[in-house]
Amino acid sequence: MSGQLTIRQIEQKATTIRRDIITMLEEAGSGHSAGPLGLADLIATLYFGVMNYKSKKPEWNDRDFFFLSNGHCVPVQYAAMAEAGFFDKKELLTLRKLGSRLQGHPERTKLPGLENTSGPLGSGLSQAAGVAYSLQYLDDQKHRFVYCVTGDGELDEGNIWEAAMFAGKYKLSQLIVFVDRNNIQIDGNTEDVMPLEDLRGKWQSFGWHVQEIDGHNIESIQDAIGMAKAITNRPSVVITHTIPGKGVDFMEYDYRWHGMPPNHEQAKEALHELRTLRGKIRGEHQ
Amino acid sequence: MSSFNLNPNYANSDVEREANRAGFGRGLKKAGELDKNVVALCADLTESVQMHLFKEAFPKRYIEVGVAEQNLVTVASGLARAGKIPFTASYAAFSPGRNWEQIKTTAALNDQPVKVVGGHAGLYTGPDGATHQMLEDIALMRVMPNMVVIAPGDSIEAEKATVAIAKNGKPSYLRLARDKVPIFSTLESPFEIGKAYVLREGKDISLFGTGTMTYEVLMAAEILAKQGINAEVVHVPTIKPLDNKTVLKSLEKTGRGATVEEAQIAGGLGGAIVELTSEELPVPIKRLGVEDRYGESGTPREVIEAFELDGESIAKKIIEFIKRAPQYKKGY
Repeated sequence: MSGQLTIRQIEQKATTIRRDIITMLEEAGSGHSAGPLGLADLIATLYFGVMNYKSKKPEWNDRDFFFLSNGHCVPVQYAAMAEAGFFDKKELLTLRKLGSRLQGHPERTKLPGLENTSGPLGSGLSQAAGVAYSLQYLDDQKHRFVYCVTGDGELDEGNIWEAAMFAGKYKLSQLIVFVDRNNIQIDGNTEDVMPLEDLRGKWQSFGWHVQEIDGHNIESIQDAIGMAKAITNRPSVVITHTIPGKGVDFMEYDYRWHGMPPNHEQAKEALHELRTLRGKIRGEHQ
Repeated sequence: MSSFNLNPNYANSDVEREANRAGFGRGLKKAGELDKNVVALCADLTESVQMHLFKEAFPKRYIEVGVAEQNLVTVASGLARAGKIPFTASYAAFSPGRNWEQIKTTAALNDQPVKVVGGHAGLYTGPDGATHQMLEDIALMRVMPNMVVIAPGDSIEAEKATVAIAKNGKPSYLRLARDKVPIFSTLESPFEIGKAYVLREGKDISLFGTGTMTYEVLMAAEILAKQGINAEVVHVPTIKPLDNKTVLKSLEKTGRGATVEEAQIAGGLGGAIVELTSEELPVPIKRLGVEDRYGESGTPREVIEAFELDGESIAKKIIEFIKRAPQYKKGY
């Protein structure tokens, strides 16, 4: 499942994922918009250009692992999983509904292909570190990697830094973490709520290899992962700068869209934007 | 008498004593020998929680996480995802005291076989005082769906329980006491997760003990016998899932009961049993334990006596209770 798509094709996957996010959230009537839209390029790159997995055999014993630590962003993962064939796309419309496998926050036991249950922030990184420890020290499987996405507001949690210290101590080089640096959290901008900077310095001082990239540039994401894989004596963190709400003009950069879904009119406008790439494609008749 | 195979020396003053945590240490090593997937994680308390035996035997499968209890259980959840059977140990005051949500989300809701071993639980933690005398852990862990909760009665049973939870495939909590306590079971005594055991048969009242309190209950039964009260003693090492059948069967016979635990009576063993009886068999039940207060420093024995959880105090309270609580008979 990795390496077959061109950058242009991955970009198209990201656009499809964004459209599915809008559709799912409108139908659900609740949920988070900004984070999932901002992560679409990263998640599309991981699912369609990087990770080894078999969507029809989620427990395949040679797969890479993906841990979403900020579980509220799970619509982007559901959309990517559906696109990758883990389940039928129609199921996306059951998000947050009674009886659905697509819970508001991800539950591993409900949906094959999820590696963890998350939502309460701060513990996904530790779980990823646990798997990475096992691969490196107990299973001797150096070719498998553990990818983990955390929010930036999530870094307020103490559990994150416990995990950072742990991964640094054990030099978990198969652990590759992306901090979704979109600068927003529920109560406002991260630097107002609880300043995170010097973020690069913090991770470095915990023994990590640190990169900073534009999280909407597929090539940068792929390059950063290649570099992270080449670093064999430390865990890697990629501070992934993203625009919250990316791809939908009226949502971009606005923290109020953190925990809000679009209504019908807003969804229509958002889908129009995504279809036409903000008017760059003319002759939109749908 | 029962088929439990009680230590024949249990009632004598020279009864063998050992800390439950020592049994855990042996059990963990044994579990490690039986299954190479067993791994151990500790939060800077290796010897204190007796993980050193495992560490010496399987250095590669032993993981030190430092004083970080949230990370302790969540790293364990990841190891379980990678197919391991992780035992995590700290003091109960910190794990599950500090990291309850992480245990819930990443082990219980996530249904991973993470083993949470809470050492130094209960009043037997003595001189360390209230901050370290974890009294709320039974209640906290019992309300968590998927979680198994076990408080072994002595070191022999702690060893068996450790081996048993290594095999049960479920998130599990093992409650251990720090101090040396009398050994009332034997190597031949049965232990099965989810089973309660009648240690002494009687007809006047059922006394349910868990953890280190079962020994005190046995002592109380001896005292009561001298006063003509024939108490049945039921040892309940597994608080969840509760052995409803054995509990109800005993109460049907005796018509009233009491629970004894060195923990808060709210939500603990007492809570579990009265929840059951209030729906199935409304017999009078007296709950003995810690009553909505915190512990305090003192030698373990002094603290146990100050909280009236020694055999003599238990017997006194049972006599008072029996005076005002008639035996329930079906149909009234």
